[in-house]
Amino acid sequence: MKGRLAVLLPVWAWLLVFVAAPAAILLAIALAEADSGVPPFRLAWSLTGFATLAEDRYYLDAVLTALRIAAMTATGCLLIAYPMAMGIARAAPGRRMLLLALLMLPFWTGFLLRVGAWIGLLRDQGWINGMLMALGITEAPLPLLYSEGAMLVGMVHSYLPFAVLPLFAALLRLDPTLGEAAADLGAGPATAFVTVTLPVTAPAAAAGFLLVFIPAAGEFVIPELMGPPEAQLVGRVLWQEFFQNHDWPVAAALALALLLLLLVPIRLFQRLEARP
Amino acid sequence: MFRRLLPLFALLLMAVPATAQDRVLNVYNWSDYIDPEVVARFTRETGIRVRYDVYDSLETLEGRLSAGRSGYDIVVPTSEPTFARLVRAGALRPVDRAAVPNWTNLNPTLMQRVATIDPGNRHGAIYLWGTVGLGIRLDRVRAALGDVPLDNLDILLKPENAARLAACGIMLMDSPTDVLPSVLRWLGRDPNSSATDDMRAAERALMAIRPHVRAIIASSSILDALATGEACVALTYSGDVIQAAARAREAGRGVEVGYVMPREGAQLWFDMMAIPADAPNPEAAQQFINFLLQPDVMAAITNQVRYPNAVPASQPLVNEAVRNDPNVFPSAEALSRSFVAGTPPREAVRLRTRLWSRFKAGR
Repeated sequence: MKGRLAVLLPVWAWLLVFVAAPAAILLAIALAEADSGVPPFRLAWSLTGFATLAEDRYYLDAVLTALRIAAMTATGCLLIAYPMAMGIARAAPGRRMLLLALLMLPFWTGFLLRVGAWIGLLRDQGWINGMLMALGITEAPLPLLYSEGAMLVGMVHSYLPFAVLPLFAALLRLDPTLGEAAADLGAGPATAFVTVTLPVTAPAAAAGFLLVFIPAAGEFVIPELMGPPEAQLVGRVLWQEFFQNHDWPVAAALALALLLLLLVPIRLFQRLEARP
Repeated sequence: MFRRLLPLFALLLMAVPATAQDRVLNVYNWSDYIDPEVVARFTRETGIRVRYDVYDSLETLEGRLSAGRSGYDIVVPTSEPTFARLVRAGALRPVDRAAVPNWTNLNPTLMQRVATIDPGNRHGAIYLWGTVGLGIRLDRVRAALGDVPLDNLDILLKPENAARLAACGIMLMDSPTDVLPSVLRWLGRDPNSSATDDMRAAERALMAIRPHVRAIIASSSILDALATGEACVALTYSGDVIQAAARAREAGRGVEVGYVMPREGAQLWFDMMAIPADAPNPEAAQQFINFLLQPDVMAAITNQVRYPNAVPASQPLVNEAVRNDPNVFPSAEALSRSFVAGTPPREAVRLRTRLWSRFKAGR
């Protein structure tokens, strides 16, 4: 019992200092009243912040857009992650480390640097348009940057390792004889994948999906730098409330709402995991 | 992007090997906005070490300051909205004029214009100033629009022109306070109005060109986009356009950028040297302001960053090309038509931001 307490104490301390306390501060600001001053609010018990969220359809739209984009990003990541993870898991053990390192390598460079590289590729005077025009495929540069497609490419690329790693771990544990048995029973590779690999790795796929979905839902930088102006995701709206409207209570209320909303998929995932 | 950081690194290198004195001045200024040699000279003359940080948007600056205890001694907020808001919030320390004898070098007419938001000019001195206008790729705009006069906002705000320019790239800075007043002025209305029908008219005008707008982004990103030729027409700060033009010339890829100061009257803005109320070293800050207000120091800064300053005695020391560029130093006649953005009440700010969000979302 004592040992258990010693193990759990740091965990609870961590949660208290880095999760509960900031959430409490956030709640205090959400209930405050906006004011001109330093800091720009006056502590109170006011529901104005939350009321603003409920009255103006703009915020709901921003949340829905963010959830849609996050779901598309997570799906895109999984579609790419499956073949990658299978390739890495089936490679000779010696090459696995190399392949994993190649997957992680871009991850170690600055996040902004990678976004900057994509901007360089996609812009009018960028490499892709330069190549298309040199080959005579298009005459004028295609408007690639500042589009939803560009934003999705940037987000899928940034979050891809989060989807690959859990899948890779699950595939590594997958008993190879299962595949052989399926083949013996006459299943082609596609059937074997759908009937054997997919169900066995489903929890890992769900974990990968959530690991991408949750940070992507609050993403600010990539929509701002690569997305179209109309993509008003909740991350951007939060930024506007905080920096342009100087309405910290509304910003805090919105952040809390997003936090609560993201708890739903996490709970669902826990239920899925708990199943035998 | 990296090139913009280079002067900063150079600056840091120069600023560090100061004297053994522990007096440090913490400066927080816009990126690409000073002559690094000036900072080195200040350290040589006073023995005060300078820690120099930069921001590239007012939001960054204001975010740091409104949390309190920023640790900076000198900040350079733009007159409206940030400087005005900081004055009202009591976040700035009044400048002791006795410690800044060079204050008398400031152009009183320009300071008078700032006094509308800082009564008695108690909290700040003008560092540099400029106008809001259009950065355009001259050849492309000529090709698309033919022989129209390139001296007003018709280029951008007439929907038929915007439609013709859409393919080559229209951008606006993501800042309602910097865009709406110019739109209202173009419509022949009061640029500082918060009246409902004026706001509606501005929204209609913006929505009419919205399908043709490529990006609504931070002014620093527009500077890059103009320099690379990505933007064909962009509504942004005068000095950014002039810097982008210089950068495009250096790159030598045939991108020629010009500045259009709206004939109908341009929005003026002033970047103010100010001292946060909780500055750790306000005496050094006042020394720095006094140092910067010397004519030769201001001339060196204007030569470097191509924004006009508010010290008339620096004029003879400014390079002729910069001094005679009407886009850098607007004529007295153009200045008389220009206007200063006022301070809308809180509720009006929210309405403007909402209008702006609808404009960005395009619905």
